[in-house]
Amino acid sequence: MQVTINVNGEDRSADVEARHLLVRFLRDDLGLTGTHWGCDTSNCGTCVVLMDGEPVKSCTVLAAMAAGHEVRTVEGLEGPDGLDPVQQGFIEKHGLQCGFCTPGMMMTARALLDRNPDPSEDEIREAISGQLCRCTGYLNIVRAVQWAAQHPAEAEQAPAQTAGSAA
Amino acid sequence: MTTVEESAPAPEPAAAPEERPIGYGRLRRKEDPRFVRGKGHYVDDIQLPGMLHGAVLRSPLAHARIVSIDTSAAESHPKVKAVITGATLEGLGLAWMPTLSMDTQAVLATDKVRFQGQEVAFVVAEDHYAARDAVELIDVEYEPLDPVIDARHALDPGAPVIRDDQEGRTDNHIFDWEAGDKAATDAVFARADVVVTQDMLYPRVHPAPLETCGCVADMDPVEGKLTLWETTQAPHAHRTLYAMVAGLPEHKIRVVSPDIGGGFGNKVGIYPGYVCAVVGSILTGKPVKWVEDRSENLMSTSFARDYHMHGEIAATRDGRILAVRVDVLADHGAFNGTAQPTKYPAGFFHIFTGSYDIEAAHCKVTGVYTNKAPGGVAYACSFRVTEAVYLIERMVDCLADELGEDPAELRMKNLLRPEQFPYHNKTGWEYDSGDYPTTLRKALDVAGYQELRREQAERRERGELMGVGVSFFTETVGAGPRAHMDILGLGMADGCELRIHPTGKAVLRISVQSQGQGHETTFAQIVAEELGIPPEDIEVVHGDTDQTPFGLGTYGSRSTPVSGAAAAVVARKVRDKSRIIAGAMLEIAPDDLEWEKGRWLVKGDPGNARTIQEIALAAHGVLELPEGVEGHLEATTVYNPPNLTYPYGAYICVVDVDPGTGAVKVRRFVAVDDCGTRINPTIIEGQVHGGLADGVGMALMEIIAFDEDGNCLSGSFMDYLLPTALEVPAWELDHTVTPSPHHPIGAKGIGESATVGSPAAVVNAVMDAIGVRHADMPLTPGRVWQAMHGGVGAPQ
Amino acid sequence: MQVPAAFEYRRASSVEDALALLESLGEEARVVAGGHSLLPMMKLRLARPEYLIDINDLSDLDYLRVEGGELRVGALTRHRSLLESELVFRHFPIFHDAERVIADPPVRNRGTIGGSLCQADPSEDLSAVCAALRAALVVRGRNGTRVIPMAEFYRGPYETEVGPAEMLVEIRLPLVANAGSAYEKVERKAGDWAVAASGAAVALEGGRITQAGIALAALGAATVNSVRAEQALLGREPTEEAFAAAGRSAAEDCDPVTDGRGSAEYKRHLADELTRRALRRAADRAAVAALAAGAAGEDG
Repeated sequence: MQVTINVNGEDRSADVEARHLLVRFLRDDLGLTGTHWGCDTSNCGTCVVLMDGEPVKSCTVLAAMAAGHEVRTVEGLEGPDGLDPVQQGFIEKHGLQCGFCTPGMMMTARALLDRNPDPSEDEIREAISGQLCRCTGYLNIVRAVQWAAQHPAEAEQAPAQTAGSAA
Repeated sequence: MTTVEESAPAPEPAAAPEERPIGYGRLRRKEDPRFVRGKGHYVDDIQLPGMLHGAVLRSPLAHARIVSIDTSAAESHPKVKAVITGATLEGLGLAWMPTLSMDTQAVLATDKVRFQGQEVAFVVAEDHYAARDAVELIDVEYEPLDPVIDARHALDPGAPVIRDDQEGRTDNHIFDWEAGDKAATDAVFARADVVVTQDMLYPRVHPAPLETCGCVADMDPVEGKLTLWETTQAPHAHRTLYAMVAGLPEHKIRVVSPDIGGGFGNKVGIYPGYVCAVVGSILTGKPVKWVEDRSENLMSTSFARDYHMHGEIAATRDGRILAVRVDVLADHGAFNGTAQPTKYPAGFFHIFTGSYDIEAAHCKVTGVYTNKAPGGVAYACSFRVTEAVYLIERMVDCLADELGEDPAELRMKNLLRPEQFPYHNKTGWEYDSGDYPTTLRKALDVAGYQELRREQAERRERGELMGVGVSFFTETVGAGPRAHMDILGLGMADGCELRIHPTGKAVLRISVQSQGQGHETTFAQIVAEELGIPPEDIEVVHGDTDQTPFGLGTYGSRSTPVSGAAAAVVARKVRDKSRIIAGAMLEIAPDDLEWEKGRWLVKGDPGNARTIQEIALAAHGVLELPEGVEGHLEATTVYNPPNLTYPYGAYICVVDVDPGTGAVKVRRFVAVDDCGTRINPTIIEGQVHGGLADGVGMALMEIIAFDEDGNCLSGSFMDYLLPTALEVPAWELDHTVTPSPHHPIGAKGIGESATVGSPAAVVNAVMDAIGVRHADMPLTPGRVWQAMHGGVGAPQ
Repeated sequence: MQVPAAFEYRRASSVEDALALLESLGEEARVVAGGHSLLPMMKLRLARPEYLIDINDLSDLDYLRVEGGELRVGALTRHRSLLESELVFRHFPIFHDAERVIADPPVRNRGTIGGSLCQADPSEDLSAVCAALRAALVVRGRNGTRVIPMAEFYRGPYETEVGPAEMLVEIRLPLVANAGSAYEKVERKAGDWAVAASGAAVALEGGRITQAGIALAALGAATVNSVRAEQALLGREPTEEAFAAAGRSAAEDCDPVTDGRGSAEYKRHLADELTRRALRRAADRAAVAALAAGAAGEDG
């Protein structure tokens, strides 16, 4: 069946099986491999994307169900002026190690900050509680989101300038 | 040798943006810009033209004879390209493969299945959906056999023999192994005032990295070259093993380990799926991708622990620990697939004497087969130091309980003293350096230990259950000296190559591989510290056997202790050569030059200097070089560690237990680590944070459980529970610095310290809260409540 | 990753359309809303519907409103709406207690109350909530509408009264004066299914309990009210003794099994402990409600 989903602001279409999962549509058909998968039971949250602005687990949404909706992935976070503050916060606060859970965590953080620009630590922990991280023990993810909340428009630019500079 | 740094508040204040450490310090990670953009490149991200997809049919039974396998329906599926069974592999001599412990493991079962989830057949199809569909079309007839599930009955007379593929085998015994002096230990126990005995199980757990294991195998039939992208922590070792097992010439195999979504020991071994994908690619002439699902990962790949331990500790009445004795029954599953240095079938478990000055120690470990998945050494365990630390740190708390002594004071009284280093323990280890009392004192200060004890007493008055748990661990990591340590005959030394380009930029090629540890950053910092080249000017290449020198890979916290040392040594070689070239440039004897980070300057005339960048250009130019000195600026090395390194730390956990439900809340966790020289404190703290979460997970919720028929009860994240942000506290970190005297830069490694050291602190805290001497992990609410009410705990 | 077996997908444009599809496609059709129970089951290939009827476009089933002395909840109302609704919290704080511990935030963004109830999982939290509140469920078929009391909704585990060509469309919760409700759950970690849970609702008049609802989750083969525990409370003052008596009855009447979450003995203890805790909080909330109503009455 033909499905059309607005992904990161653009209508994207593909001919897919009804059982095609949204995460596979993003990864296999659109090549947006920043969205990962890590389980089959909607527990790990590495597949989280925003659907109509809210975090959903894209391994438990059929591509067909997402047709006609707006989906935003990690590839849609960076704007013309540079990284989203959430992305910069993860760099500044060492909020990632292997990077596998990171896109999902960042999408949830973006949705949280859109609704609540100044979340408490408890609110951040609650927001990411449907997503697992095996590397960071979560503290630096919390700090990364706090950094983003404190720097709403200060996202820096380009990797060349940020990589290898002092944290 | 011992220096102790002043306490730094966590987090330490960030350096000003214009400050860019050239060398050690809080450098932002070079890896992050690609990861935060979703541009990491993991195995499942790989798409090749014409790529096919593999899926594995697995055994539903724990122990059964295979009567027949009918693949005809699967083969007639329109999208199926090949169906591979044990019979197919037998024809190629690949039905069985060697394990890392010199045993054999079935790639695809031919005679019997020996655990639930064992690989039986492999389907190659045009897409992932078709491969999965076709697996269901394979019809296997099994004749069920009695399984051996409880290791304590594996050696019973008449127990079903699991490995009847081994000629003459009549039981399930794998090995007996001993360390220490039994007679001396028994003698000390005989005269001790106090002996405390405790049985404990370190349950079977699983590393469960968020990215499951997988590969893409691409056999180029024209070139005869196999390229294998794998989720592997040890690409070079894999390449050599494939060459040995499959008979492919080693120079025609390229193993690439791209970005890896966490390893924790799960990605050390070679899994049947990899071999099947290679065979699939050879048979079809197309690239074949195979990525396991979460259930396959939890049910069939390297588990960890599963040690049934009988511990005994002997002491004087005034609390001087005299000796420790341990008897271990080790459940290795259906194939002995543990990954550790060959001469150590129980890994480094015999460091169970821990951090204490004791007179005698002895352990005996018996390994057995059961009808469960193979593995045993994984999950950031430092080759079973995890089990050892848990054993001794629980035994010390049991002794404190027996003596009515404060567990922190009891530890302080028995810790090794700084002047005893290098310390030879009673089971053959030489601890390189340490100042244990300072580290423990610091942890007690950060936690406010006395205040916590006061608060605990007050809460008890009100009927509230608060607990404080202490653990002090000594790790042994960085395997290891070639004379003692190898895996399947491959010595555990690591190569490294450094090349300085004409313009002074550099490329460092390392043998180890990152699964998130940040090697691209820290290894650049090591070279930067030695040569004064900014880290952003140093490209670190890793994970590709065609691009990097040989080495055994990243596990057992060995990257910094072994490969990090190699990076420092190779940088110093380049520095030595740059001195000669600088001498030629300045027309002065090299001995008259002195090094200041980034340049050689003339002694007594510091204005007269040549930077490393200038030297690099000259080395590639037309400068006349002294006799015997080659042009260019590069070096190689192979680092063979003289000893292991011994990171250590003191951990304090504070918990609250709900008296009505048994639910445990970890309120605080203080970790003071000493990993020697600190290359990048931010990355070190991140490593510790992650390990502490592992510890909370293992202590409170993680277990791979089985029913009596051998059905795995923990085959998904609905039942194999991992902590979320809501189960862990805001970690409180501090550190001391006691460099390793034998390591070129004094670094000891930090990757596994927290995973090794923290479970005991959590369990000790819970036992302290509920006033029970011991209960086995995981301390789920039900098991805590059961322990409080005199039960041994519910099943699992 | 695991993927479902093949099926055909239909997207319903209205309740009538969904019912027509159910009728024409027959018993091998399943309705999907949030999909967080059904799709994992399909990936594990424990469920193999031939047709999926997607009802996510039926926004007219996504509502919360007070009508006819009841709170009426559309079957497509998401967990998150129930968690965040002031209206729901004011009348039934038990929803807030329960929704905070159901799955996790992204799942709550998709999952619906209708899907939860129709899954008929004995560990499911909203079933206990609705049973404690004595909900009535509105089920629609091509030939009309039936209203089924919660107590009669389940035929057994994973089995409901909803027929093959019917849909649950609305949940009705009677508004009760001077009432309070609460939910208590023990889980092994955030997002886990209940080890055990108890939902309680009480109404007070003249300092005595006039209505009581108690329902347990994960403590038997189906979610049912603890009838003896409820009766033990009627006419009594909301005291510790009364709650203890109710807790004891709830424990005696439940039917837990030993599994990885805990022993039957422990779970039976939790039936008692959690029922007492839920009653304590429900009664406190009822007292506050009564006080507020009294104050409002005096003002008026």
